[in-house]
Amino acid sequence: MIEIHELTKRYGDHLAVDHVTFSARPGRVTGFLGPNGAGKSTSLRILAGLTPATSGSASVLGRRYADLPNPGLEIGVLLDASAQHAGRTGREVLRVAAETMGLPRTRVAEMLDLVSLTDDEAGRRVRDYSLGMRQRLGLATALLGDPAVLVLDEPANGLDPAGIRWMRDLLRDHARRGGTVLLSSHLLHEIEVIADDIVVIGHGRVVAQGTKEELLHDDRTLVRAPEVGALAAALTAAGWSVERVDPADPATGLRTDASLATTGQVALAAGLALLELRAADGAGLEEMFLQLTADTQRETAA
Amino acid sequence: MSTLTTPAGTGSATTGAGTEQGGFVSAYADRTAPAPIPFARLLKVEARKMFDTRSGTWLMASVGILAVLASVAVVLWAPDDQVTYGSFAAAVGFPMAVLLPVIAVLSVTSEWSQRNGLTTFTLVPHRGRVVAAKAVVALGVAVGGMLVAAGVGVLGNLLGSALNGTDAIWDVSMADFTAIVLANVLGVFLGFMLGAVLRSSPAALVGYLVISFVLVPLTMTLAAAQEWFADIQPWVDWNFVQSQLFEGLPTDGEYWAQLGVTTATWLLLPLAWGLWRLGRAEVK
Repeated sequence: MIEIHELTKRYGDHLAVDHVTFSARPGRVTGFLGPNGAGKSTSLRILAGLTPATSGSASVLGRRYADLPNPGLEIGVLLDASAQHAGRTGREVLRVAAETMGLPRTRVAEMLDLVSLTDDEAGRRVRDYSLGMRQRLGLATALLGDPAVLVLDEPANGLDPAGIRWMRDLLRDHARRGGTVLLSSHLLHEIEVIADDIVVIGHGRVVAQGTKEELLHDDRTLVRAPEVGALAAALTAAGWSVERVDPADPATGLRTDASLATTGQVALAAGLALLELRAADGAGLEEMFLQLTADTQRETAA
Repeated sequence: MSTLTTPAGTGSATTGAGTEQGGFVSAYADRTAPAPIPFARLLKVEARKMFDTRSGTWLMASVGILAVLASVAVVLWAPDDQVTYGSFAAAVGFPMAVLLPVIAVLSVTSEWSQRNGLTTFTLVPHRGRVVAAKAVVALGVAVGGMLVAAGVGVLGNLLGSALNGTDAIWDVSMADFTAIVLANVLGVFLGFMLGAVLRSSPAALVGYLVISFVLVPLTMTLAAAQEWFADIQPWVDWNFVQSQLFEGLPTDGEYWAQLGVTTATWLLLPLAWGLWRLGRAEVK
């Protein structure tokens, strides 16, 4: 269980995190979604006690992070896979962590096995690791103490498709056994495929949160057709609202509040061919997220 | 549409609801809080971290290697009448006095420069405990290093005088040795202070070199040219005061007052400030 309440972090006159409130519940995977620079990493660093908050609070299993007697056994944290002493071998990184937590050395071999780092790879120095290998090592460190709570910042970075698939299964399984998983990503799809609950953050503020079903739910219909203009006119004439998904790109189609069947009938009556006809589920979230990302990019460019 | 709501959605929604109602058996539900991490374990971990990288191993090994090289140099090149334990102690002590503070600097700054502090401080959120463990280990290494150096010096002296066919001359008293150990312990504190204040390996190492090797000739020149500075130097120049320990254990009370004042001003105050900031600094 992770509870974040009115968390705020100010750097000079820049509000990096602005009154963020959400919780990650046991048995569920919570996705923390936002464009780069939205305040995800800062929030997670504050949660792990690495950055002091300006105001607000964050707790893990009902306690402040600093009050956890042996944090590694209760919460596994992976914030930056590259943040390791480059001169240590992968195995040594795990041994140091295991010794700190008071775990037997056999646990190190188990974890190396779990994240598929071979004996040879574990004996290499971290400076010679690829990003994917560092990510696996970071996951092994986070999982070492068999913690109930996992917090991972962009864990899919650097993993190949098979690795991403493997990680998803691992995290989903952790939640299924009653664990709490909070992971961040700047990719909507990444969060959509794994999360049960989603928190969307932009410019340091939470802009949407809820279960995936709630956030993706959309009663409208999405329809694509070669003659988008004619279809829009026909639907409007029949009394339905119509909206272009992307006004700049007709191929992205229309969203309408007409049902699937009605939309089909209107098209048939107008003699128009369709390319796609489906529920607009997820379109709202995607739209919002694109908007957030576009805003951020404009700011960065300016 | 179906791919979005099944099977992950419904599957975990069930488990989620179960956990909340207590009907679902969670592998993590009945856990009690673990025991706190004992300080002795942190000492073990920090000691391990001093040796477990290639640079760490060599830095530690260089303490012994330089002691041997310095002894060999004395045996080979010192005039016969200077083959005394004092010569060995001086030759072996110099690399020691230079290296030990470097070891102390790196033990603190590597957490930031190498960024493994991100892991260290998530596993042990009380940074003060980690730094205290590092301080104890660095002091242990300093004292251990001094003993190794003293031992190498003894062997060198025995060997050197045997080669010369003379009796070995032991002209370093226990008091002298104590003073040298104290001087080196203070050196370790200097390194520790710089590490804690600057939190960057290059900056702290440059700071150390400036204080130990650039500042000394400057203050010497100043003291030679300006009488007023020569008068107050024992009260303001920490290097000047600390270096006298290498000449033997001073017995007058005024010296210890001077050592106390300069150490408090130049080491303890900055160290306290550095530790206070280190406890609040962002670990990125």
